[in-house]
Amino acid sequence: MTTEQIVFKTEILALAHKLMKRYPEGKHKSALIPILHLAQAEFGGWLSPPTMDYVASVLNIAPIEVYETASFYSMFNLKPVGKCLIEVCRTSSCWLCGAEDIIEHIEKTLHISVGETTSDGMFTLKAVECLGSCGTAPMMQVGADYHENLTIEKVDTLLKDFKSENKQSRYC
Amino acid sequence: MGKKLLLKNDHIPYIHKLSVYREHGGYSVLEKTLKTMTPDAVVEEVKKSGLRGRGGAGFPTGLKWSFLAKPEGVARYLVCNADESEPGTFKDRYLMERHPHLLIEGMIAASFALGANTSYIYIRGEYFYVARILEQAVAEAYEAGILGQNILGTGYNLDLHVQIGAGAYICGEETALLESLEGKRGNPRIKPPFPAIEGLYGCPTVVNNVETIMAVVPILELSGDEYAKIGLGKSAGTKLISASGHINNPGVYEIEMGITVEDFIYSQEYCGGIKGGRKLKAVVAGGSSVPILPADLILKTANGEPRLMTYESLGEGGFISGTMMGSGGFIVMDEDTSIVKNLYTFARFYHHESCGQCSPCREGTGWMEKIIGKILDGHGTLQDIDLLWDIQSKIEGKTICPLGEAAAWPVAAAIRHFRSEFEEYVTKPDSIKDIKHYYRLQN
Amino acid sequence: MPIVTIDDIKIEVPEGTSILQAARMIGGDIVPPTMCYYSSLKTSGGYCRTCIVKVEQGSAKDPRPIPKPVASCRTTVMDGMVVRNITSPENLEARAGVVEFLLLNHPLDCPVCDQAGECHLQDLSYENGKSETRYEFPRREFDPIDIGDKIKLHMNRCILCYRCVKVADQITDGRCHGVINRGEAAEISTYIEQAIDNDFSGNVIDVCPVGALTDKTFRFKSRVWYTKPLDAHRDCKKCSGKVRLWYQGEEVLRVTARKDEWGEVEKNEAGNADWICNECRFDKKEAKDWTIDGPTKVDRHSVISANHYEGLKMIKADTLRMMGAKPHGIKVELGEGALDPNNK
Ligand SMILES: Cc1cc2nc3c(=O)[nH]c(=O)nc-3n(C[C@H](O)[C@H](O)[C@H](O)COP(=O)(O)O)c2cc1C
Ligand code: SF4
Ligand code: FES
Ligand code: FES
Repeated sequence: MTTEQIVFKTEILALAHKLMKRYPEGKHKSALIPILHLAQAEFGGWLSPPTMDYVASVLNIAPIEVYETASFYSMFNLKPVGKCLIEVCRTSSCWLCGAEDIIEHIEKTLHISVGETTSDGMFTLKAVECLGSCGTAPMMQVGADYHENLTIEKVDTLLKDFKSENKQSRYC
Repeated sequence: MGKKLLLKNDHIPYIHKLSVYREHGGYSVLEKTLKTMTPDAVVEEVKKSGLRGRGGAGFPTGLKWSFLAKPEGVARYLVCNADESEPGTFKDRYLMERHPHLLIEGMIAASFALGANTSYIYIRGEYFYVARILEQAVAEAYEAGILGQNILGTGYNLDLHVQIGAGAYICGEETALLESLEGKRGNPRIKPPFPAIEGLYGCPTVVNNVETIMAVVPILELSGDEYAKIGLGKSAGTKLISASGHINNPGVYEIEMGITVEDFIYSQEYCGGIKGGRKLKAVVAGGSSVPILPADLILKTANGEPRLMTYESLGEGGFISGTMMGSGGFIVMDEDTSIVKNLYTFARFYHHESCGQCSPCREGTGWMEKIIGKILDGHGTLQDIDLLWDIQSKIEGKTICPLGEAAAWPVAAAIRHFRSEFEEYVTKPDSIKDIKHYYRLQN
Repeated sequence: MPIVTIDDIKIEVPEGTSILQAARMIGGDIVPPTMCYYSSLKTSGGYCRTCIVKVEQGSAKDPRPIPKPVASCRTTVMDGMVVRNITSPENLEARAGVVEFLLLNHPLDCPVCDQAGECHLQDLSYENGKSETRYEFPRREFDPIDIGDKIKLHMNRCILCYRCVKVADQITDGRCHGVINRGEAAEISTYIEQAIDNDFSGNVIDVCPVGALTDKTFRFKSRVWYTKPLDAHRDCKKCSGKVRLWYQGEEVLRVTARKDEWGEVEKNEAGNADWICNECRFDKKEAKDWTIDGPTKVDRHSVISANHYEGLKMIKADTLRMMGAKPHGIKVELGEGALDPNNK
């Protein structure tokens, strides 16, 4: 992706400016995280250095301030990921209810290990920490959607659907 | 059926919609409050109610509110902590998803009490879809004149915004949350100053949990004195418990504090007993950071009294034989569960979530994870168990924020109550590997 | 004015004084060691936790003890406060724990580190640590990077004290230097390794307590203990021009700011640190550029003070022992006589 392409569409830029107005005078840096979410969703599912520089220019802050913040949070991808990011919870309650089987099954089905992307660039698999869905374990998050009470069959159906609809995972 | 306050309308379809919420009495408490009470009177009612913070620390809410500095001409803020990331805890998500207007009503009443004219709900990034539900509810409320200028014609103004996080447990710590809300890294601040004096944008700020803020509505409805009668002693009111693990009915339950732990685990009204009729091995009663207790100690205190679901009873015996209410994340483990493996998932979690500012937590959490991993893999030694104990004791209390303790306590408790299991991993690694010491799907 | 008791010594201090400052007023070995606090940098301190002390009595008004150790650099004294530092074995044990954590991922490459001999971590571990590491896992590793053409960053050695970030923020303009990533993976970074191009950027070297930020114009030329420090000055338009020259023979190998007994850049009468500009630091390496004020008095850091070679030998021996104790990490070969300070 070249630098020229990294410009928000008019309506997204308007949304970013609206977000910046939710805070007191001079405190518009508060909009950084919401705007980074927009940027990640708009520019290929990850935050490249040019994307972060662009966000810095939108907010009129130093690029290092964007780097510092973006690199702190686990939902921001600083490296490219597949079109559809699958995040399976592996913490206590999910583990107690079979999360490891779910992860193994996805690994086998997609022929990748946790942290990897399929060769066609479609899927990336991540094992993540508790997503607040422990009562409906095991679970996974794909974009904004929570998929709960997973079984092997359910996972198979989901993966097939994602593939056929060429799903792009977006949080927003 | 126990008393329901926050979930009393849980069975009503579309209660998340403003019209339905109002049909069932929603915002009438707010209207009465704004029209007939002074802010100080609201604080007084909350004090009388005995409400304690539901985010984990259990600090009396009314008292916390009374500490808020009120310098002339300086804005004050109320920030709702909806970061909910403590493993085993999912009640705030349930509450916000189904009862967004109850949260908004509580936010307005609490903001009024504190003299805030702008407030924020900081919600964890992964709960994007819940944030959408909240945003829709906020928009409905603005439209209906419940938010914004001259709320319900009372002259009180409040702007309420939903702020999204981006994946960081540490942002549940209140000062890290404020940093994050300012667009920065979620590094906890060094205290003092406390948020009540210098919080968001350097202004006096109160941070409260979702459930705490919602509880303000029934308190104002019933009066502080009446609310205080619900529950048991200093554990006033109801508490939302997130129940998960090897139980028949996992889910979110509103309990009146004072029921027994045994009743909570085994009665059909709540968890419905252990899955597959197996035996209970251990419980983490208040979210991943509180001490794990073996079955005998969670059901009965060391003196043989039945343990109750109250702050006091769960804490009885201190860390030697007790635990904490914490955030109410109740994780149940059956007889086949590997405590070491469960601990490993916690240790990995805290390592992953350490902000990295202070050395004991930054370095110590990873070290503990590695040692537990080594023991799990059958390469541990008996000295490793002692080393683990020593490391946790050197993290505890030495850190900037309580994440240090949160990481240390589960390690200490697992060793304290299940040392023999650690030793088994060390001395009989092969036999352990054969036994399926942890759960698979088909179970 | 509040009166505080530290290790049984009473002192009256101005309102708002921190426990650490009060201890420094008393002086001597009751002063807690500091790795991240820096008196001339606002909001510094609180991170490393080496300066922790035990507060046995909170104040005269509220005599309850503080249940956890506190960071003395960020805790204000109250009237009637009773503090224990070296008279509390429990506190010393807790500090030894902190030191162990600080060294956990540290490469202990002192024999090849430019900071050896003036490294606060070396002093700290010598005075407060245990001599062996119990850490058996691979250490965190980063590649060294250049920050511009004058400064080298060895992230492996960094203890995340945040001092350089505060320098970048408070005394240079247009900050492009910060901390990225989280937790154990956190690292100092410049914005795409950009040159810190700023008149005062060189001060990050002086505030770094370890050998993470070093002067590339000095690297490998010599060991600190073979150089002779002299205080000198010149008329400089940008800074005070008050520096310390590090000589070897007739040659100026390195220019730094002057440091006080706490290892911090000296303050002028107005109480502001005499930071030096990059021109004085990097470009004035001729004796003729400078007017000599006299030999440097070094009184705290045993290693660089003249003729304390005994101490040096012990520190090096100690470092070597630590290196020997760890199964992973670099191996450093030391030739015959490496421990002999007269051997060049
Ligand atoms: C590491 C850490 C994580 C925390 N996470 C949360 C959280 O997710 N939600 C929450 O309400 N409180 C959390 N807390 C507690 C908050 O710091 C704070 O005490 C709480 O929001 C106060 O609200 P309350 O008085 O209503 O409980 C956390 C504390 C720590 C130290
Ligand atoms: S305890 Fe951990 S999370 Fe808290 S400030 Fe220290 S490093 Fe950060
Ligand atoms: S443990 Fe998986 S969602 Fe909480
Ligand atoms: S010097 Fe006080 S915490 Fe680092």
